[in-house]
Amino acid sequence: MELAICIITGFMILGAIYAIHAKDLLSAVITCGIVGYSLVICFLLLKAPDLAIVQIVVDTITLIIMVAVVLDSSREERFSRLDLSGRITAFTSLVVIGILLYFFVIAAENLDALGNSTLRMAAPYINGAAEKTGSANLVTGVVFDFRGYDTMGEAVVLVTAVIGVLAVLRIKGKKEGFGLLKEDSAKA
Amino acid sequence: MTAYYMCFGLFLVGLYGVITRRNLVKIAISLSIMEISAFLFFALIGYISGGVAPIVNPADPDKVYVDPLPQALVLTAIVIGLATTALLLAVIIRIYRKYNTFDIREIRNLRG
Amino acid sequence: MKGMSIIVKKTAQLISGMIFIYGIYVIVHGHLTPGGGFAGGVILAGSLILVTLAYGEEFFKLVREEMGTTIVESLATISVILIAVGGFLFGSKIFFNNFLPRGTVGELVSAGVLPLYNIFVGTEVASSIFIIFLSLIIFKEESPK
Repeated sequence: MELAICIITGFMILGAIYAIHAKDLLSAVITCGIVGYSLVICFLLLKAPDLAIVQIVVDTITLIIMVAVVLDSSREERFSRLDLSGRITAFTSLVVIGILLYFFVIAAENLDALGNSTLRMAAPYINGAAEKTGSANLVTGVVFDFRGYDTMGEAVVLVTAVIGVLAVLRIKGKKEGFGLLKEDSAKA
Repeated sequence: MTAYYMCFGLFLVGLYGVITRRNLVKIAISLSIMEISAFLFFALIGYISGGVAPIVNPADPDKVYVDPLPQALVLTAIVIGLATTALLLAVIIRIYRKYNTFDIREIRNLRG
Repeated sequence: MKGMSIIVKKTAQLISGMIFIYGIYVIVHGHLTPGGGFAGGVILAGSLILVTLAYGEEFFKLVREEMGTTIVESLATISVILIAVGGFLFGSKIFFNNFLPRGTVGELVSAGVLPLYNIFVGTEVASSIFIIFLSLIIFKEESPK
C-alpha cells in the first residue's frame, strides 16, 4: 500500500522536474498533466472516490485553459546564461529548501505512521453521522451540514474569482492595452 | 512514513520552480504542483488502514471508515484551485498581449 | 471561433449528451453515492466545454451565452444563501439548520435540505467554470495578435 503510493509519488516528482526544466512551453504544460492524473490514482488507492471524480475533470479543464494560453505565444522559454543574480537566486532557493527540510524532519516525528491516523474529530464525524444528517455519503454530510459555513465561503470565493476573470479579460481599455499605463507614460 | 517525505519532496520541487524560473507560465505550473502536493498530504493524513470509502451501507453498518473530514476540505479546495489558476492565467495572457513576452526580466525593463 | 472537422462534430454530438446526463445523475445522487454538487458541476461544465470546442460560433452566439450564464450563476449563489437563512427562520434558530424531515438513510428523497444544496452548488460550479472558459475564448476572438 505505502510502497505503491511511494512509486506513484516518485513518478509525480520526475514529471514535475521535467515540467520545470522543459524548453518548449507546450511540452511543459502537458507534462504537468502527469502530476495531476497520477494524483487521481493516489486518491483511488487512499479510498477517496469523491476526490478522484473531481480531480480527473478539473485536471482536464486546467490543461485546456493552459494550452489555450500557451498556443497564443511563441512557445519558447528564452534561456540566457546564468548571470550573477541568477546564481544568487539559485543558491538562496537551495538554502531555503534546506531550512524547510530540517523543520519538516522535526515536525514529522509528531505524525502518526500511514494508516494509524488518530485525528481528534474523526470519531464524532463517523459514528452515527449518517443518522444525524440523513446522508449515506459521509463526505456530503460533512460538507453541507457540519461544515456549512466553509462551503458558503467557498461559493463566495468562486464568484469573486469569476468577477476577477471578467474584469481582467472582458473590460476594454482606451484604444489598446491598459488605459492607466498609457496615461502614465504620456505624462512622463 | 516514507510517503510523507515523498509528498514534501514534491512540494519542494514546486517551491524551487517558483523561486528560480523566469517564465510566467512556468511559475503558474509550479504553483499548481505545490497545490497538488498539499491535496495529497491531506488525503494521506485521513487514511486509515483497512478502512473503506466513507459511504454508509444501512444493511451492514459495522465497518471501519476512512476519515471524511480531510476529504471534505480537499473537495472544496480543488475547485477553488481551478478558479484561482484561471485568474492567474487571465492576468498572464493580458501581460503577453501588452509586452509580447512571458519573461519577467524584460517586463521589468519595459516599464513606463 | 471556427468549428472543427465533421468527425469531431459528430462525435461530440454523440457523447456530450451522455456526459450531461451523467453529471445530473452525480448531482442528484450526491447524498447516496460518491460525488455531489462539486463533482457533478465540474462534469456539466466539461460537457458544455466539449460542445463549444467542437462547434464554435455555429452552435450559439458566445457573447449572449456569457450574459445568460452570468445571471444563472448569481441566482444559484443567492439560492444557497437563502436556504441557509431558511434554516435560521424555521425550526431551531441556527444558521445552516436542516429544517426538512430526514427520512430513512439510503433512499433518494431523504437527508432534508442536503439534495437542494447539492443542486444549487452544482449549478453554480458549472456556470462559473463555463464563464471562465467563455470569457477566455471571446477575448482571444476579439483581440487577435
